[in-house]
Amino acid sequence: MAEAILEVRDLVKHYPLTQGILFKKQVGAVKAVDGVSFDLVAGETLGIVGESGCGKSTVAKMLVNLERPTAGQIKYKGTDITKMSGKALRSVRRNIQMVFQDPYTSLNPRMTVGDIIGEPYEIHPEVAPKGDRRRKVQELLDVVGLNPEYINRYPHQFSGGQRQRIGIARGLALQPEIIVADEPVSALDVSVQAQVVNLLERLQNEFSLSYVFIAHDLSIVRHISDRVGVMYLGRIVEIGRDAEIYDHPTHPYTQALLSAVPVPDPSAREHRERIILSGDVPSPANIPSGCRFRTRCWKAQERCTLEVPELAVPAVFQLLEGPAHHPSACHFAEEKRVVPSE
Amino acid sequence: MPEPDFDEGAAISATGAGGVGQGAIAPTGTGAAMDLAISEGATLERTPGGPEGTGPAGKPRSLWGDAWRDLRRNPVFIVSGLIILFLVVISLWPSLIASGNPLKCDLSKAQLGSRPGHPFGYDGQGCDVYTRTVYGARTSVTVGVCTTLGVALFGSVLGGLAGFFGGGWDALLSRITDIFFGIPVVLGGLVFLSVVTSTTVWPVIGFMVLLGWPQIARIARGSVITAKQNDYVQAARALGATNSRMLLRHIAPNAVAPVIVVATIALGTYISLEATLSYLGVGLKPPSVSWGIDISAASQYIRNAPHMLLWPAGALAVTVLAFIMLGDAVRDALDPKLR
Repeated sequence: MAEAILEVRDLVKHYPLTQGILFKKQVGAVKAVDGVSFDLVAGETLGIVGESGCGKSTVAKMLVNLERPTAGQIKYKGTDITKMSGKALRSVRRNIQMVFQDPYTSLNPRMTVGDIIGEPYEIHPEVAPKGDRRRKVQELLDVVGLNPEYINRYPHQFSGGQRQRIGIARGLALQPEIIVADEPVSALDVSVQAQVVNLLERLQNEFSLSYVFIAHDLSIVRHISDRVGVMYLGRIVEIGRDAEIYDHPTHPYTQALLSAVPVPDPSAREHRERIILSGDVPSPANIPSGCRFRTRCWKAQERCTLEVPELAVPAVFQLLEGPAHHPSACHFAEEKRVVPSE
Repeated sequence: MPEPDFDEGAAISATGAGGVGQGAIAPTGTGAAMDLAISEGATLERTPGGPEGTGPAGKPRSLWGDAWRDLRRNPVFIVSGLIILFLVVISLWPSLIASGNPLKCDLSKAQLGSRPGHPFGYDGQGCDVYTRTVYGARTSVTVGVCTTLGVALFGSVLGGLAGFFGGGWDALLSRITDIFFGIPVVLGGLVFLSVVTSTTVWPVIGFMVLLGWPQIARIARGSVITAKQNDYVQAARALGATNSRMLLRHIAPNAVAPVIVVATIALGTYISLEATLSYLGVGLKPPSVSWGIDISAASQYIRNAPHMLLWPAGALAVTVLAFIMLGDAVRDALDPKLR
C-alpha cells in the first residue's frame, strides 16, 4: 500500500446542547461524529456512504477545516491540521479543497463565473500572477467541459450540471492534491450525475487527485471509489476495497444497506433477500450503549449491549485470505451476499 | 451505469451561433435565462460578439460595473436621478429659479391664490408659496438624505457585524435595539430636542439617526444571517478567505437589497418626521424655511386655502417618490437574475 496522504484518527465532533438563555448550561451533546479513523492514499478515491444524519458531511467539513473537531487528529502528510491557524492553515487549504452538494447555493449569485473561479487566485496570489489569472480561469472552464467564453456570465444562466462543473473548477483552481466531495451529484438529475461523476474520474487521472467522495447513492460510490467506508451514527462500521464491501459485506448494517440497492435485472430481483431494518436511527444525542447498531440489528445479543465492537478485521476472518478479510465493527460478523453478482 | 455523454462542453460550442439575440449576456428577459437553464448542453450557444464584448477578448466584468451599465439604460433610474439632481441643484442655489425672498411677507396678501408672478399663491402670513417651496427644499432634502445616510451607515454596519459574528455581541446589540424601539419618537423628540438650543438642522438629524438606526440594524442583521448560511460563504472560507473578504465580497452584496428598500422608504418618513417635530415646536423654528413647517402651518387652513398645503406637500411627495424609485432601480440592478 502506498503512503497515506491523509490520516484521520479518532475524529470526534460533538455539538453541545445547551439550556437557558442568559446562563447557558450544557445538558448533553449531539455526537455527530464519534471516533472516525481512516487513511487516504494518494491517487485513490475513498467513498463514504451512510444514511442521512450519520455524520458524513460533518466529516467532510472537518477535513477542509470548516469545523473544528472536538477531538482527534487529521494528519496531512504527517502534520496535524486540526489545530492550525493563520499562514499554515492557508497553505494546507490550498491542498485540500471541497466540492459542495448543492450547486444552487454554492455559487455566489452576484459574481460572474470568472470571479467565482478566479477568487482562489485572489486569496492565494502566489499561485497565479495577476495578468495570468483570466487565462487560467478560461483553461479551467475548458478542463471541466464548459465554454471558456462563459466567463462573464452569472450562475443563474447555467443548469445544475453546469453549475456543479463551475464548482469543480473552483475546487481545482489551486491545484489541490485532495478534493473532498460532499454529495456532489445528489442534487442533480440522474443523466447529469453520470456526466459529473465521469468528469471527476477524468480529472483524477489528469491531475492525480485523491478524492474523499461522500454520497448516499451506493451505485455511484461503487462506480467511482477504490475503497468504501460505511458510516452509521457517527462511526465507520465497515471499510474495505469496493469489491470487498459490495460483494462480501460482513457487517449487518452494510448488508441491510446493500439489500436496498435497486437491481436492474428483474429475474435476479425475485430471488434476492431484502433485509428490512426495524425502527429508526437512534438520536445522535442519545447513542445506545455497546454496539450502536444493536437496536436495529437482527443478530443483537447481550454482548452487543456491553461491548463496543472495534473496527478491525473480525476474529473469524483473521486467518482467512480473501475478500472477507477487511475491517468490520461487529461481534458476529459473517459474510452474506446481498447484491447479485454482476 | 449508463454510458454518459460526457462532453457537453463540446456540444455547447458545436451548436454554435444559433439564435443571435437570445444568447447575449444580457438576455432581454428572464425567459432567455430560463431557456438556458432548461436545455442543458443542447441549446447553449456561443455568445455572439456584440457591443458587450463578452468573448475572451472582452473586459472582465464585475457586479458593480454591470449594475451601472444596467442603470444607465433604466428609464426609472434616469427620471428619478434627474429629479434628485434638480432637487440638489435648487437646494444649493435656490435663487436660480426663485428670485424672491422667502421671508419677505405681506400680511395683506395672506391666503391669496395664484397671481401673475406668484404662481403658487400666498400662505397664511402672506409669504410667496413658490419661493418658500423652493427654499424649503434645502432643509428637507438635507434632513432626509443625511438622516438616511447616517441611519443606513450605523444600522447596517452594527447590524451586519452582529449578524456575522453572532454570539454575545449579537445578543447585546439585539437588546439595545429593543430598548431604542421602546422609545416613542414624538415623546423622545420633545424631551431630547427641547434641551437643544441650536437652530440648525443637525440636532434634528442627530436625533432621528439615534432613533432610526435600530430599524436598519435589525434588517441588516437578519439578511446577513440569511446570506452567511449559504454554501458560497463556506466555499470562500474553505478557500482561506478572510472575514473581511467574506463580508464585503459575498455577504454584503447579497444582503444589501432589503436595507436599500427600507432606507429609501424611510427617507420620506424622516422628512415628514422633521415636519412633525417642527409642528410640535421642537424641530426647526421659523425663520427657518422647510416643507415640514409650511405643511404643518397650512394644514389648519386646508378648507379655505388648499394651495398653501398642496404645493409643499406635493414637493415632498415627489421627492420621496424619486428616492424610492432610485432605491428600487439600484436594488434591481444589483440582482443579476433580473437582467
